[in-house]
Amino acid sequence: MTEFWEIVIAFFLIISGIFGFVGSFGMIKLKDPMSRLHAPTKATTLGVGGVLIASILHSLALEHRLSLHELLITLFLFLTAPVTALFIAKWHIHRHETPDSLPNAGEDGKWATHAVQTDEEIPDHTAT
Amino acid sequence: MIIMDYAIYFTFACFGAAVMMCLWRIITADGVGTRVLALDTMVINTIALMVLYGLLLGTEIFFEAAMIIAMLGFVSTVAYARFMLRGNIIE
Repeated sequence: MTEFWEIVIAFFLIISGIFGFVGSFGMIKLKDPMSRLHAPTKATTLGVGGVLIASILHSLALEHRLSLHELLITLFLFLTAPVTALFIAKWHIHRHETPDSLPNAGEDGKWATHAVQTDEEIPDHTAT
Repeated sequence: MIIMDYAIYFTFACFGAAVMMCLWRIITADGVGTRVLALDTMVINTIALMVLYGLLLGTEIFFEAAMIIAMLGFVSTVAYARFMLRGNIIE
């Protein structure tokens, strides 16, 4: 039975290693800055998730105790990776795109990054 | 134990190469956004390396360190991103 669990843990470790490698290889392989956003935020998160699953299985099957604080790291990474990607994409729109070069935003007219109110448009609340 | 040890060494090699590729992208980046993205990827790879080292040694003390590094990496990436977007961090 121990060999079976070792093979399962080795499987998760190798999968996660390949995902982490591919994710960072995308950083140097892809040419466009926004294409590069794919690589770390998806593949590397899956890579770290695989290592943490392997760690949970290791403590559960080979040391016979339940250890779940790996799930905290996984949860934290799953929450923060999209936020980071959103910030970097917003920076790209802010710096390298104009309202004309983006696709149509529908009924709002402009995308949120460009629709920042200028000082004249902000209503004056000091009197009320 | 032989199979798992070899798998751990293989994963070490993968994530070590991943950290080196991120370092290369930081050196040869064409913009600030790519550099911040490469730094964030490097932090995530470092978390995986620390968890792997704990798995190899059989200790649990590296999980807290990995947690702290995850939080610090997120906060520093958000600080960089706010600085790039707004010009200051705390308004």
